Amino acid sequence: MGLQPYLILSAVVFCIGLFGVTTRRNTIGILLGVELMMNAVNINLVALARFNGSSAGMVFTVFTICITVTEAALGLAIVILLFRTRRTVMADHLDLLKG
Amino acid sequence: MTGEAVAFGALSVVLVGSALAVVLSKNLFHALLWLALALTGTAGVFLLLDAEFLAAVQLLLYAGGIITIVVFAIVVTEHLVGERLTQTNMRIGGGAAVAAVLLAFLVTIIGRRPLEMTRPEMPGDLTQVIGQAVLTQYVLPFELLALLMLAGLLGAIYFARPDE
Repeated sequence: MGLQPYLILSAVVFCIGLFGVTTRRNTIGILLGVELMMNAVNINLVALARFNGSSAGMVFTVFTICITVTEAALGLAIVILLFRTRRTVMADHLDLLKG
Repeated sequence: MTGEAVAFGALSVVLVGSALAVVLSKNLFHALLWLALALTGTAGVFLLLDAEFLAAVQLLLYAGGIITIVVFAIVVTEHLVGERLTQTNMRIGGGAAVAAVLLAFLVTIIGRRPLEMTRPEMPGDLTQVIGQAVLTQYVLPFELLALLMLAGLLGAIYFARPDE
């Protein structure tokens, strides 16, 4: 089995995540979509590294996983802070910056 | 069909199915559980690519860490059970169009020319290779990562401070 099926699987998962980010109303739902997209990127990195025969892509994957976890924790902290000040996590109710 | 192709097909079905359930499920908590399945499926794909260490990291950090954090966020912002947890999608047509156009674009690019069919032999144990690379060639990014995590920790504590 070649590299192509892995890349296509990763593209499909990325696009499903993009669909979730654009259509979810709940901020936590949007974050779940972002996690799916990050996951697709990791599959891509590992597959390309494996078929290239170098370990650099796998090391980058370790870094991206750690950065994603930090991002998720901070994103959820922001969501909880928003909920404490505005009493809602629905993205279309959070229009404070709308002129 | 080889064993790898069968395993890849099964993992693809699990991964794509659970990913669709994550974005379409009406209940946010159910969507989170589907995300846990999708992350576990990704760990399986890593195993297929001979990256055992990354599969373990994926299970520990993603499926263990992120799912727990999101459960806390859901508990704080909604009730875990009940009708408040239902959530709707909006502008489904537009979102589906954007995702479909991007997918068609990506698949066209990937299918444009034949890609590698065989895997080169990796030098030695992959876990050992990753560990040595992180602590020699990539030691500066590794330390920066520690700094980033410290900054994230401080930021989360700052956000979670009690109201004045």
